[in-house]
Amino acid sequence: MSLNVALFALIGLTAIAYLSARARATAFSGQVSGRSAAERISAVHSRPAYYGWYVALWALVPALFLILTWALISDAFIADRTIAALPMDTRPADGIERQMFLNEVRGVVSGKLAGAFDPNADAAVPIYRHVEMQWNLVIAGLSALLAIIGGGFAWLRIKPQFWARPRVERFVMVMLVLASMVSILTTLGIVLSLIYESVEFFRRVSPLEFIFGTTWSPQTAIRADQVGSSGAFGAVPLFWGTIFIGAIIAMIVAIPLGLMSAIYLTQYAKPRARKIMKPMLEVLAGVPTVVYGYFAALTVAPAVRDFAISIGMSNASSESALAAGAVMGIMIIPFVSSMADDSLGAVPAAMRDGSLAMGATPSETIKRVLVPAALPGIVGGVLLAVSRAIGETMIVVMAAGLAANMTANPFQSVTTVTAQIVQLLTGDQEFDSAKTLSAFALGLVLFVVTLILNIYALTVVKKYREAYE
Amino acid sequence: MSEGVIIERAPTDWALPAMQARIGKRYAAERRFRMLGLGALSLAGLFLAFLLWTIISDGVTGFLHTQVEVTAKLDPDVLGIDASSISGPGGEMTLNRANYTAVMNAAARQRVEGLDVDIAAVISDGAWLPLRSALREDHALLGQEITIWVPTTSAFDMLAKGSIDRNAPADTRPVSDVQIAAFDSLKAEGAIRTRINTTFLSQADSTSPELAGIWGAAKGSFLTLLITLVLSFPIGVLTAIYLEEYAPKNRITDIIEVSINNLAAVPSIIFGLLGLAVFLNFFGMPRSAPIVGGLTLALMTLPVIVIAGRVAIKSVPPSIRDAALGVGASPIQVVFHHVLPLALPGILTGTIIGMARALGETAPLLMIGMRAFVADVPSGLDTPATVLPVQIFLWSDEVARGFIEKTSAAIIVLLIFLLLMNGFAIYLRNKLERRW
Repeated sequence: MSLNVALFALIGLTAIAYLSARARATAFSGQVSGRSAAERISAVHSRPAYYGWYVALWALVPALFLILTWALISDAFIADRTIAALPMDTRPADGIERQMFLNEVRGVVSGKLAGAFDPNADAAVPIYRHVEMQWNLVIAGLSALLAIIGGGFAWLRIKPQFWARPRVERFVMVMLVLASMVSILTTLGIVLSLIYESVEFFRRVSPLEFIFGTTWSPQTAIRADQVGSSGAFGAVPLFWGTIFIGAIIAMIVAIPLGLMSAIYLTQYAKPRARKIMKPMLEVLAGVPTVVYGYFAALTVAPAVRDFAISIGMSNASSESALAAGAVMGIMIIPFVSSMADDSLGAVPAAMRDGSLAMGATPSETIKRVLVPAALPGIVGGVLLAVSRAIGETMIVVMAAGLAANMTANPFQSVTTVTAQIVQLLTGDQEFDSAKTLSAFALGLVLFVVTLILNIYALTVVKKYREAYE
Repeated sequence: MSEGVIIERAPTDWALPAMQARIGKRYAAERRFRMLGLGALSLAGLFLAFLLWTIISDGVTGFLHTQVEVTAKLDPDVLGIDASSISGPGGEMTLNRANYTAVMNAAARQRVEGLDVDIAAVISDGAWLPLRSALREDHALLGQEITIWVPTTSAFDMLAKGSIDRNAPADTRPVSDVQIAAFDSLKAEGAIRTRINTTFLSQADSTSPELAGIWGAAKGSFLTLLITLVLSFPIGVLTAIYLEEYAPKNRITDIIEVSINNLAAVPSIIFGLLGLAVFLNFFGMPRSAPIVGGLTLALMTLPVIVIAGRVAIKSVPPSIRDAALGVGASPIQVVFHHVLPLALPGILTGTIIGMARALGETAPLLMIGMRAFVADVPSGLDTPATVLPVQIFLWSDEVARGFIEKTSAAIIVLLIFLLLMNGFAIYLRNKLERRW
């Protein structure tokens, strides 16, 4: 709590620093000698607000940095101090016990628990409160001091000839660069965390088995003597399932429907019809995937199974690849349509007009001129759609099964990479088992494949655009 | 030295039947193709209509619930409290601990007397909750007899809404014949009514469908999106400004651009893996907390905002910059005083669309533990919470049939929020955006 108070106090101090420095800078123009008012104003280097910002930043930034650092480390620090203050024999023995002990203490301190089960934890509560209070006060005091020192230092520096604006602008520039670094850091974070955990995984399971093995059953043995549960991490069935649902079934639905929609919208539809149909596709694109998943699992999947049984397929699964793939395909329609729309729009009008002038009907023009000319762009768009489909998670988690089958029968159940990642990481298990680590290896494969697809598709699209420019 | 060759051929006679047939065929092909296009669009539209219709028709009843009237005597001895202890200090605590279940069971037994059904088949496990709220509101009720409407079981609820087929064989439906008879006689007495389900709109998750609510998840979504917005909006706008206005053409700028474009296309579940590995395991942040969910979604939304921001900034004509520079503004002043205000509507539109996408996102939040069963409305940024889409996912997994309408009702709530956000974005785009 006292940290929030410190934060508010800091904001107050900053505001005071800004206002007082700006007032002082406004008074500068009175202090310089000069004949006209304009001359006096131009003798001051920057506008008064910049002097205000300069002092305010000096007051705010160092103190804020201190408070944020403390907020990050305070939990661990206070815990260390509390445990160090306990008598030797009541301290928790190992890491797990320590964690449980601290959870209890924190629960009591925050008022979520009425009392701890462990009497030692109860004893630690007042110590924890005391340490927390004490250190929060110290940090709050220090940050106020820093704000005053920083602000005072800046206050003493400002004079009429002081270049406040370039300094404030340099700060803004640094913030701009720092903000741009966030996306690099994110990419780096993704790549490093995936690689790090995958390396851990490949230390236990050979990469060859992972990439070429055909048995997937990630259950690791609970007891050493258990039969048939050593865990098999051959990911080929998952790759097949992902391709089958995302790149085959979904695309069989999405490509014709998306392409024909785009053709109709761009070539045939009157402006008024376009005005209704385009938002309809946008709504289709805006429906959350979890809603599609629910619909696929509850409405489409039973219908598909009933159909399969009615045509004499006795072993049809209620979690069929067809249900998940078809719904996914419909989800992708707007995406394919808008990519095709862009590509068709980029074909020079002269080609279309020439064909029409020769007497070809619009459909002949579309089939023989526009689509062939736009093909590279359309293919690029389809590749992007595939990359999106294989990364799609909720539909397959809810509507496709978890059975790692290698089958080309769309009425049977297959599983995908994303469904397995969710399955592997949402149970309660220790973090560094081969089972949980395998999810990161799957994630790495997914990341690399979608990356390659995206980069390739974007270069195709770009090259195609340039060809017509 | 070639001379023009004159082909000796009469001009095509388009009126010939053979020619007419060919043209007819071509025109028929034209019509077929056109119909095909219209058919594709209609199919997509039909699917959308079918999806929405299924969900709305399933979900509308989820906003209603069925109540049964009971007469309960708030006997201090049965409750285990007395008038003096509830008014003094700690009275709230005493009120919370009182034995309402015993009072409610007695009242329910009286209600079903002679009906040959167990009270557990009639009143919900949480039927005592209205008793507590009544007593909290008016301490003077202690010792008096009150008539109160309490929620029924999910099975009775479905009976009242007609979502159970009474003619089905008894072992395939969740209620027995005796229970149906009891329901009908209660209904005939006027002791059953269906009302707006305030529990659904004000409570968090529960194991019983008749007590489950959406408010906990909605608040979790709100807190998560708040963090997402606070982080991704400033960082995204600053990045867009840097890349569009100041970035020198060099390797680092190229790397930034490539990484933003790639992040925009990375599957969302990968961001969940990042959140799990970095925020939870490396930094030790709390599982299931809105702050971690918000951080993860912020990284995911960032590229959307950057890309929208760059487009908006690019569309501000260079003449504005030249004019500002010409009257002596510094490069920073040009951007912050002139370009940014003009680009802001476009940036805001992009931000809202990005936030709407984050609101519907499920997979990355599953990775960071937001699928936990959370029965309390989250109170802060670091308390366990769930969000609307994850709540939908959790309910869709429930076996109890009463959850079907709850799931659809939750979807309706989510879709309404999405519609509002996107509608607002479109409004902003139409009202504020300038064409140069």
